[in-house]
Parts: sequence; structure tokens; C-alpha cells
Amino acid sequence: MSVASVTLDSNRGRDRTDARNDALFRWALRFCALLVLAALLGAALSTLWGGREVLFGDGWRFLTSAQWNPVENRYGAWAPIYGTLVTSLIAIVIAVPLSFGIALFLTEIAPAWLRAPIGTGIELLAAIPSIIYGMWGLFVFVPFMAAHVDPLLDASLGRLPWIGTLFQGPPLGLGLLTAGIVLAVMIVPFISSVMREVFQTVPVRLKESAYALGSTTWEVAWDIVLPYTRQAVIGGIFLGLGRALGETMAVTFVLGNAYGLTASLLMPGTSISSSIANEFNEAAGLHRSALIALGFLLFVVTFIVLLIARWMLRSLQRKAGKA
Amino acid sequence: MSTRIHRRRHAKNIAAQVLASAATLLALAFLVWILWETISRGLQAIGISLFTKITAYADQGGLANAIVGSAIIDAMAIALSAPIGVMAGAYLAEYARSTRLGATIRFLNDILLSAPSIVLGLFVYVIVVLPMTAVTNGTTTFSALAGSIALALIGLPVIVRTTDEMLQLVPSTLREAALSLGIPQWKLTVQVLMRAAGSGILTGVLLALARLSGETAPLLFTAFGNNYMAFGPLEKMASLPAAIYQYTNDPNPALHAIAWAGALLIALFVLALSLLARTVFARGKTSHD
Repeated sequence: MSVASVTLDSNRGRDRTDARNDALFRWALRFCALLVLAALLGAALSTLWGGREVLFGDGWRFLTSAQWNPVENRYGAWAPIYGTLVTSLIAIVIAVPLSFGIALFLTEIAPAWLRAPIGTGIELLAAIPSIIYGMWGLFVFVPFMAAHVDPLLDASLGRLPWIGTLFQGPPLGLGLLTAGIVLAVMIVPFISSVMREVFQTVPVRLKESAYALGSTTWEVAWDIVLPYTRQAVIGGIFLGLGRALGETMAVTFVLGNAYGLTASLLMPGTSISSSIANEFNEAAGLHRSALIALGFLLFVVTFIVLLIARWMLRSLQRKAGKA
Repeated sequence: MSTRIHRRRHAKNIAAQVLASAATLLALAFLVWILWETISRGLQAIGISLFTKITAYADQGGLANAIVGSAIIDAMAIALSAPIGVMAGAYLAEYARSTRLGATIRFLNDILLSAPSIVLGLFVYVIVVLPMTAVTNGTTTFSALAGSIALALIGLPVIVRTTDEMLQLVPSTLREAALSLGIPQWKLTVQVLMRAAGSGILTGVLLALARLSGETAPLLFTAFGNNYMAFGPLEKMASLPAAIYQYTNDPNPALHAIAWAGALLIALFVLALSLLARTVFARGKTSHD
């Protein structure tokens, strides 16, 4: 046997082990990537399974009934659903104009040297753990609302016909409005960073053309930048909405955990996530099943909202990639 | 006539600019307000006993067991999520860059990134805590392991996404050069590409740690809590966020003070990690060029 054929043989052996290792490696990586899918699917299926007694036992009544009564073992999810929707809606109504203002400031108004530090500051709001928002909300913001904001709203907006009922009530500080405001502060960094990012994708020549025609900064932002980025901006808003719907700790402390349904935003309420956090460890049997069923509902709703968000953001990335 | 229109447009522009600046100031004011309250109230309760005494002493105690518990649970969570996340990210970047499966996983990973953490806690409760209770006849129920799995699910998408993005940034000439030398693809991925993207991947792991270490909701029904020191992964274990949650719900103001000190510890840890991630990333960038 010649030397050359020996090395050729050993090379062939090595090729074979390399090929086998490559295949193994590829499968290991693919397995890990599929775990991401498994996590989402598992979260949906396991909460569906854990809440099956209530979800399949009560059907639609679980969604529409407002009676949540652990003593009689009857569970209707309308009060937590209502609380989740209302607090998230308040958060969006406050956070969207704020975020737009911030994005506008950081892309068009602020001098260049100020943009990076202020941008970092706004992003820090997203880094603060939600339990700290909750503590700050309960010990600092609730007393502030009770002392200054609630009485003011009750005396001014509360006197108006129609919308007055929204703002009437004792100055508790706790309640749907307070939770909505805390949520708004939490989601502002998410929405504003998406807006800021997409505002920067607007072609400079488009903006400069508008400026050359004599547009003001506001007109460029409102008539050029916003229409150009509309879809991604809506995606960013849905992203913030997804966050607000699922947020637990920040709202649990400031909502007041009350199952009564009231029209007033100044009254305590509950939300899906705070019901779960408050009651899960004391619950057993059907009560626990009802809480897991609430978790399933929350997961489905946030999944749909986030799906819309990512879909709208994805098509923008494509556009930016092409341009 | 034309001056009136001009004046009105000008006024509108000024108003918009003032409002936008005010919005930014308002958001920053909230940041300063929250940080200020956390720091000033937290500092008042920080002392030696916070680190030496356990929560069983209540208002005479500290958070020693919660600090140790958080360290153990967070370490296990990152040990679980980092390898899986890096491998999943490598799959997306190296094997599924433009396949339909890759696009689907990337898309769903972004959803997992903002999925409600409390539902992930329920998920782990159903698939880990309940079976564990059934298998051990109730001797093991809630456990640190379950808590760390829940937190790992929160850290995972962060790591997957950054690894994917960082590997995609590695120039393809590096891949071609290595492959032309006859290196098998797994070696290329592990020894060349991951090294080139190392600082970026590390940034992702640090950000994931920052994110999961502040999470509270999923721990409540997985690791539960414990008023005593615990070290075993199958024991109920205290954690800083869960202890803060418990103390904040308590009417005793002395416990509130301890909770603020705990909140300050978490805030410092998270902010330090975020800063560290930024510097690691910046340094990696400069050494690359």
C-alpha cells in the first residue's frame, strides 16, 4: 500500500465523520430552534388543558358572566376582561401621542448631541423591572392621584354630562385610570422606539423636498413622515398594546382587585393578569382551573395582537430592505 | 391674507415642537421620579442585616435567602436558556436564513419576546409543577427548577434574536474562506463565526439575564417562595422579586422599607447589566474593525 492511498483512505474516513458531525450538529441546532415553537404551542395547549373544566364546562358563559364567586364556585370572566381592556385602552390613548411626541423630538427637533442621551433615558424606562413600577405605583403614584388628580377630575370632568360618569368617584387613588397611566409609562419606550426607528427610514430626499417647498417641521412630520411610515407605526402601537394587555405586576398593586363593574375609571377593578397573580396560590379545584382558563384567554388575545403587530412591522422591514 | 396663513402655520409648528419637547420631558420626569423614589427609599433600609438575615424574621430580618435564591434561580435560568438560545439563533442565521421554517421561527420568536410572562408561569406550572407533584406524591411541588424554567422561557427569545442578528452580521467572506480550507460546517459555526460574533452574542445573554432577573409574575406559582434558606433545585425557593411582592402586599410599613431595599438591589443589578451589555457590545464593535 502506498503512502498516498493511506492518506486518501484516512481522508475519506475523516470526510465521513465530518459529514456525520455536520448532520448531527444541524439536527441539534434545528431541535433548539423548534423549542421556540414548542414553547409557544405548549403555553397555549397547557393553559387550555389546565382550564378545560371551565372553558368547556361553561363555554360562552365563562366569557360573558360577570359573576366571579369562589364561595359558590361560579366563575365568569367578564370583570377581569373588562378591566384588562379598559386599562390597556387608557394606556394606549395616553402612550401613543406621548410616543409620537418623543419620536418627533428625537428625530426632527432635538439637536444631534442631545439625541443619544435622551434616547437612552427613554429606553431605560423599558429596563426598569415591572415589580418596581408596581411598588412605585402603589406607594408613590396612588397617593399622588388620590391627593391631586382624582379630586380635580371629579370636580371638573365629573360634572359634565355623558362622559361625567367616567370621572366620578371618591379619591381612592387606586383604580382603572391609575393602572392605565402606569401602563402608559411602561409602554411608551416600546412604542416610541419603534416610531423613532421607522421615522429614520424615511428617505432624506423626501423630507428635503418638502422642506424645499416651504413646509414646517410639523408639516413634514404629519404629512410626509407619518403617512410614509403609517403601517409600521400601527405595528408599534399594537406591540405596545400587547405589552399592556399582558402586564401583571405594575397593574396588580394599583388596580385594587375588585370584581364589581363600575362605569367610573376612578373606581377599583381587576384585570386578567392581576386576578391570576392575586388568587392563584390560594385557589384550588375549579377556582384554579378558572384562573388558568383566564391565562389561556390572555394568551390568545395577546398572541393575536402581537401577530398583527409583527405582521405590520415585517412588511416595513421588507420595504426598507428593498430601498 | 397670505401672512395670516403663514402665521397660523408657524404657530402650529411652534405648538407641535413645544408639545413634542414636553412629551419627552414628561417621560424623562417619570424615569427620574421612579428612580429617585427607589433610590431614596431603598437606601434608608439598606444595612448589614439585609444581607445576613433571612425573611423568616419578618421586619427584624433581611432578604438574605431571597438574594441567594434569586442568584440560584437566575443562574439556572441563564444556564438553560443561553446554550439553547445560542444554538437556535445559530440555526436561524446559518441554516435557515431564507427558508420558510426560519422565517416562521423568527416571527414566532418575536411574539414570544413580548408574550405575557404570567402565562409562561402558568405554562410551567402545568407542565412541571403539576407532574412533579403527581410523581412525588406531593413531597415536591413548587421548586426552584420550575422557576428557572419559567425564567429561561423569558430569556430565550432575547438570546435567539441577538444571536441570529449578530451571526448574520459576520461577513460571508469569513465563511467562504473557512469552508475553502475544508473546515466542516459545525467547526466553522462554533470556532469561527461564534467567535467573530462573540461579543454580540454575549450582549444578548447579558440582556436576557437583565430581563429575566426582574421578572416576578412567573415565579409566584413556580418557585413559590420560602422564608428560609434553600439551596436544592427541587425545594421551594425565595427570590427577590417574589419577596418584594409579598412584602408590598403586607400592611406592615417596616416590611415596605425592606421591599424598597430589595427593589433598589434589583434595579441596580438590572441597570448595571444593561450598561455592561452596552460596553461589551461597543468594545466588540471597535475590536472588530
